Amino acid sequence: MKKPNDIILHAVTKVAVPIILAFSFHLFFSGHHNPGGGFIGGLAIASALTLLFLAFDIETVRANIGVDFKVVAAIGVLLAVLTGVGSFFFDASFLSHTFDYFNLPIFGKTELATAVLFDVGVALAVIGTSVTTILSISEDR
Amino acid sequence: MSWLHTMIVIPFIFALFVPFLYKFFTPRIHTGWFVFIVPLLLFLSLLKYIPTIAEGKTVYHSVPWMPSLGINYTTYMDGLGLIFGLLITGIGTLVVLYSIYYMSKHRESLHNFYVYLLLFMGAMLGVVFTDNVLVLYVFWEMTSISSFLLIAYWYQRKKSRYGAQKSMLITIFGGLAMLAGFIMLSMITETYNLREMFNQVDVITAHSLFLPAMLLILLGAFTKSAQFPFSIWLPDAMEAPTPISAYLHSATMVKAGIYLVARFTPIFGGNAEWFWVISSIGLITLLYGSINAVKQTDLKALLAYSTISQLGLIMCLLGLGSAALYFGYGDEATVYAAAILAAIFHLINHSTFKGSLFMVVGIIDHETGTRDIRKLGGLMGLMPISFTLTIIGSFAMAGLPPFNGFLSKEMFFTGVLNASQMNIFSMDTFGLLFPTIAWISSVFTFIYCMILLFKTFAGRYQPSKLEKAAHEAPLGMLISPILLASLVILIFFFPNVLSHYLLQPALIAILPIFAESGGIDVKISAWHGWNTELFMTLGIVGLGTFMYIYLKKWSGVYGLFSQRWTLNAGYDFAIERMERFSEGFTNQYMTGFIRDYVVYIFAVLIVMLGGSLWLFDGIAMDVSNDAPISLYEGGVVVGMIIAAITVPLAKSRLTAIIAVGVLGYLVSMLFVIFRAPDLALTQLVVETVTVALFLLCFYHLPEFRKATVPMRFKLTNLIISIGVGVIVTIIALSANSTRLFEPISSYFENSYDLAGAKNIVNAILVDFRGIDTMLEIFVLTIASLGVYTLIKLRLAGRD
Repeated sequence: MKKPNDIILHAVTKVAVPIILAFSFHLFFSGHHNPGGGFIGGLAIASALTLLFLAFDIETVRANIGVDFKVVAAIGVLLAVLTGVGSFFFDASFLSHTFDYFNLPIFGKTELATAVLFDVGVALAVIGTSVTTILSISEDR
Repeated sequence: MSWLHTMIVIPFIFALFVPFLYKFFTPRIHTGWFVFIVPLLLFLSLLKYIPTIAEGKTVYHSVPWMPSLGINYTTYMDGLGLIFGLLITGIGTLVVLYSIYYMSKHRESLHNFYVYLLLFMGAMLGVVFTDNVLVLYVFWEMTSISSFLLIAYWYQRKKSRYGAQKSMLITIFGGLAMLAGFIMLSMITETYNLREMFNQVDVITAHSLFLPAMLLILLGAFTKSAQFPFSIWLPDAMEAPTPISAYLHSATMVKAGIYLVARFTPIFGGNAEWFWVISSIGLITLLYGSINAVKQTDLKALLAYSTISQLGLIMCLLGLGSAALYFGYGDEATVYAAAILAAIFHLINHSTFKGSLFMVVGIIDHETGTRDIRKLGGLMGLMPISFTLTIIGSFAMAGLPPFNGFLSKEMFFTGVLNASQMNIFSMDTFGLLFPTIAWISSVFTFIYCMILLFKTFAGRYQPSKLEKAAHEAPLGMLISPILLASLVILIFFFPNVLSHYLLQPALIAILPIFAESGGIDVKISAWHGWNTELFMTLGIVGLGTFMYIYLKKWSGVYGLFSQRWTLNAGYDFAIERMERFSEGFTNQYMTGFIRDYVVYIFAVLIVMLGGSLWLFDGIAMDVSNDAPISLYEGGVVVGMIIAAITVPLAKSRLTAIIAVGVLGYLVSMLFVIFRAPDLALTQLVVETVTVALFLLCFYHLPEFRKATVPMRFKLTNLIISIGVGVIVTIIALSANSTRLFEPISSYFENSYDLAGAKNIVNAILVDFRGIDTMLEIFVLTIASLGVYTLIKLRLAGRD
């Protein structure tokens, strides 16, 4: 098979992926107060990965990102469940969340919420799910 | 969380670590040594409860689990629970110790074995210490599942899989029936707690659901405890490794049904139906098991049938003893209460002698390579310790002194003799049946005990038929059966110690009327004069010996019954027919065309949504308060309509995909106009990923053909798509004008105060409706695993 000349796509991807990733992290963390959140953040990260897979081939990407996305999905679900169970230790019912304000060195007065942990689980599950689906379909030759 | 709660949870938590322990320490240290600590610790801590319970106190703790549904994780310990707890952990300790020598650390996948074993232990402790019926049900089914896994431990063998499936089908069937019974009880009493049900016995007895609830719960108990005709699963369960047979299928799990009957005696006892069903089924099982045990040639099968028969004996005693509740407190009640005491006593005794027998059979199997009595013989001199242990075990089972089985057997005879003189429940007509059948079964029990002992150890040693040269087992394997066998003798000499500390508290738990009136004091003694019971025993020994000697002369009788009409044949027939029926039925609608499945899904959608709109009178369209439509909105909608119409008319697939994409992006545009940035963002990203997926699938799809679709399909598709469109439009329009449900605006108001979040959408997702989101990501993950396995499996199948 002739190797396609996709140098522009490669160059653009190399610049675009970090930007997309940074933006996805922003989306994820701003979810508490602004548009965004675990679901969108996760999907955006997944789309960055998809772009990588499209621009470079699957094997190359897989050699560089040695992550099994099925495991990522499982970890996400587990994390979400464990955050729910975690509230038992504070004598609260399943999936109760709490938040408080802390003075952190660099960020100043910051709100930390347990809901973020749950959201991390959601994001990981979304990333794992979408990438696993895309990869398994695209590998099916 | 109290210590009692913690005890139930410990095995589950420890089970999590077993695979790692196995991975890191095999083959240096046998995984069993780590597991051994768990039951030992639990047993020792349960011992500490004995003085408290013996004083007549009980332990009760409650932790809210799902308070909104009235489900609390309530633990309760009384004498009955304590006995079972001690059996579970005590025999568990011995079985784990035994398994360390029985299960090879080089060949067996021990991590599976011990994880299942610990799951079972935790679940079984949960069953006996739980006060909430729904929690009890969950633990109950967990014991069935762990039993299934353990029977299928050697899943490479066809018979293991068959036995596992059989036990699973039968016990889960019973479990579901039991659940229905529990739900009926809670409908009557409006509580899920047993304690509170016990206070409403009058209400329950008067209710019309009394009998159905009782029968359903008994179905659960009978399937679990292998009562006739559900007993067929137990012999097939013998495919499990012998430590498991000793533990689950003789000492503990099969007694869960007995526990259930005992536990519910305060509610149902004292009624004729309860009395008759339990005592007659128990009696039939006793007879059926003992007669069938005699014809077995496999030692484990023999023990399995003997377990069935002994379980029937205990069940029968519980049934007879329930009459005590009919009389209320008094002399007559005391007479029948003795039957209950005998039941609990025999329960303990059976666990000791049957446990040791199973372990010895395991040793024989392990050291000679066979369990077939036609190949065995003459092991007396080669395996002297095993021989001694078998004498103790089988003589106890046959009901001979000086072993504990003698005491409980005598008490059983007392029970049936008393029952024959009963003048209630029309017992005056059938009363004599009880001692007669009990006596006949005991004769057969005696015969199979002798078969077990003499066919194995006496006679001629046939080394040519054995796989290995027989020799005595290592000491580690012998410790557990020796301990159990010494208990068999100790209990005979000091029964009243046991009675005072364990049996009487349990009796009070089963018959609470004695608690209010100062308890009951039953002395168990080995010698009670030349009475009927003793003569019955002498008769058993005489006739039993005679029949054993002339066994060959009459055992041909068994061949007279056709194999076609056995319970097993019936089971196999039913299973085969059911499989064929469900296969045919499934093939009717599982066509393999995604087209059809989409039709089902959307048809259900139309019926459910349209139906509920209709039923709840939800159709209402009120446009008077709507804002005027702006130019942008109108433009976007027109674009959407054009895109939507393009899809079905498109000539190529690529056009269709692009049109769908356009539609999606326009929707997100609409979200932007309506100032819903969250939705717009999500929609945009979803569209992007979907288009990527579409392009991937595009590669695999066949050529795009139009005309080949028959008219019938087109018509169905048209109806379905118009239906969905109409329903969704109606819902969208009505949503604004009807108030079927509470508005969600409270979330808007409270999100910052309650969740500290300014983004309401996210606060709803992760906090207010967190469980929804959690289940959603479950679904997502399962779906992606489904895609993965479908594709990978297909590839693997093709190669």
